[in-house]
Amino acid sequence: MIRNRKGEQNMKKVYAIEKLCLNCRLCEVYCKTAHSKSKDVVKAYKFEQPAPVARIFVEGDNRRSFALQCRHCAKPKCVEACITGAMQKDPVTGVVSNDPERCVGCMTCLAVCPFGVLREGAIAYKCDLCQGEEEPACVKNCPNHALIYVEEGTQK
Amino acid sequence: MRYYSSDYIVLRNEERCIACGVCERQCANGVHRKDPDTGKMTADESKCVDCQRCVCMCPTRALAIRKNPNEFRDNANWSMQAIEEVEKQAESGGVLLSSMGNPQPYPIYWDHILLNASQVTNPSIDPLREPMETKTFLGSKPDRLEYSKTGKLLTNIPPTVELNSPIMFSAMSFGSISLNAQKSIAMAAKECNTFFNTGEGGLHKELEPYADHCIVQVASGRFGVHKGYLDRGKIVEIKIGQGAKPGIGGHLPGEKVNYEVSQTRMIPEGTDAISPAPHHDIYSIEDLRQLIYSLKEATHYRKPISVKIAAVHNIAAIASGAVRAGADIIAIDGFRGGTGSTPTRFRDTVGIPVELALASVDQRLRDEGIRQQVSLVVAGSVRNSADVVKAIALGADAVYIASAALIAMGCHMCRTCYTGNCNWGIATQKEELTRRLNPEIMSERVANVFRAWDHEIKELMGGMGINAIDSLRGNRLMLRGIGLTQKELDILGIRYAGE
Repeated sequence: MIRNRKGEQNMKKVYAIEKLCLNCRLCEVYCKTAHSKSKDVVKAYKFEQPAPVARIFVEGDNRRSFALQCRHCAKPKCVEACITGAMQKDPVTGVVSNDPERCVGCMTCLAVCPFGVLREGAIAYKCDLCQGEEEPACVKNCPNHALIYVEEGTQK
Repeated sequence: MRYYSSDYIVLRNEERCIACGVCERQCANGVHRKDPDTGKMTADESKCVDCQRCVCMCPTRALAIRKNPNEFRDNANWSMQAIEEVEKQAESGGVLLSSMGNPQPYPIYWDHILLNASQVTNPSIDPLREPMETKTFLGSKPDRLEYSKTGKLLTNIPPTVELNSPIMFSAMSFGSISLNAQKSIAMAAKECNTFFNTGEGGLHKELEPYADHCIVQVASGRFGVHKGYLDRGKIVEIKIGQGAKPGIGGHLPGEKVNYEVSQTRMIPEGTDAISPAPHHDIYSIEDLRQLIYSLKEATHYRKPISVKIAAVHNIAAIASGAVRAGADIIAIDGFRGGTGSTPTRFRDTVGIPVELALASVDQRLRDEGIRQQVSLVVAGSVRNSADVVKAIALGADAVYIASAALIAMGCHMCRTCYTGNCNWGIATQKEELTRRLNPEIMSERVANVFRAWDHEIKELMGGMGINAIDSLRGNRLMLRGIGLTQKELDILGIRYAGE
């Protein structure tokens, strides 16, 4: 277990291994499904309204690609900028999440995010690390193990 | 106009297709495409090779590949395939190329051999309860052991190598397959304590950590052969012939010779790597002896020297000659053995089944009293653990598997390795495709096959009441033929079922 200077356990994050990424974008498919009501790929894509939104994005093409999602920064700009206090960083888990009840969809967070990992919709959508699941859906379904879910500092 | 139709059609279940485009991005042949006007997926089936990559990757299981139902007028002589082959040659004027092993419906003798089991008079053995030995040693065995009066061994024991189970991974060169594929097999060989074979493409520096589990090949092109290479291998194998293409050499087209391949093969980048049909310094058994002893000398008589020959008509006499030339191991490659690329006519019509070759070689060497001087390894479509057991009982010391290892990594035997567009990242050097093989995942899958087969071999041996693979070796009484002629039974040296 890696601990930070304060002696707290480092949070687990999703890391992309670029040389293993196939650009298949199944992570996007399964992220969208994990954030749907039905949790069914076909229904999530074809029938659900409002349409669920993927929170992970593969950048690049077949020659070079990697998946990107919220980095759950130590000092998140999106939390600082949020005008309603919807965007919060959990002091215990470190997960940055957007409260859909409080978000008014002003998209200030999009403007300030240094990684460009928020998505516009009725509200701002972002990776919540699939809280409550053993590991995020993108990691679980990556066919080439190009995404890993490990404690910060242990990634290669 | 193209005179022949597509071999396959793509069935897409529109109810399930979510147009995510995974199939499009995963198909290096460019079959799938999202129509920008309709937003729906569409397919150019003429490019489909039925590798099943899209089918496996589709997140909604919306895809299936079927044989094209298009038919020509029935003709038992001019089959559709025969007609289309002429049409392809009319178009290209070239030699037809194929990959992997002979797919023609020749008899598969493994499937005509049945195994014995113990009943009443001798007890069968449960391998989960009792020790069961599949450990195998390859190399020449001394004719006799001599001891001094004090019990010290006087006989000089020739070099041998130890395998956990009589299964090794057959020669596949870096060039014919990707480095990730080779590395996956090398990692599996290390984990299972067996051997992988470099093929004739040299040993890439990334594989050096696995050199203790490596057979280095010296083929007619001598690619990648240098002193360090010979020193690193545990066995040095002289490749005379290959089951998929007996009588001809190899040809790795220049476009596959990228920087890494050129460094490993020690040839300029982008040049064709052509292995001559014969070794130009071997025109007789005496010449073979010279090369065997040159290699023994170069490796200080510390490594067994293997000679790999394709199963051809005179295989027994050739094998006998190779033993007398000093080979410690003979690898016999049957006509169903795989390849990255070979002329179709060679693959489909040259050579003989490895089962018959093995039986006749083993018998010939026994008749001549030289069987102990050599270990026999058979290759050329050993598909499962029962084939291994049958091969051992017919007289083999071990088997080579290659196609099965590739299948473990995703190969679906589409047999278009020669195109260099392998969607599974195996038979290609394109970086965007080779990346599809993560050696961490694939080595485990290959090792799983090895472990599963080893377990099954032990179960089958236990059923026969045999607790050591040495007691099975050449034990043809454990075999019976079914659906075979007397001539076939005679060559295989086995009795008919019920006899």
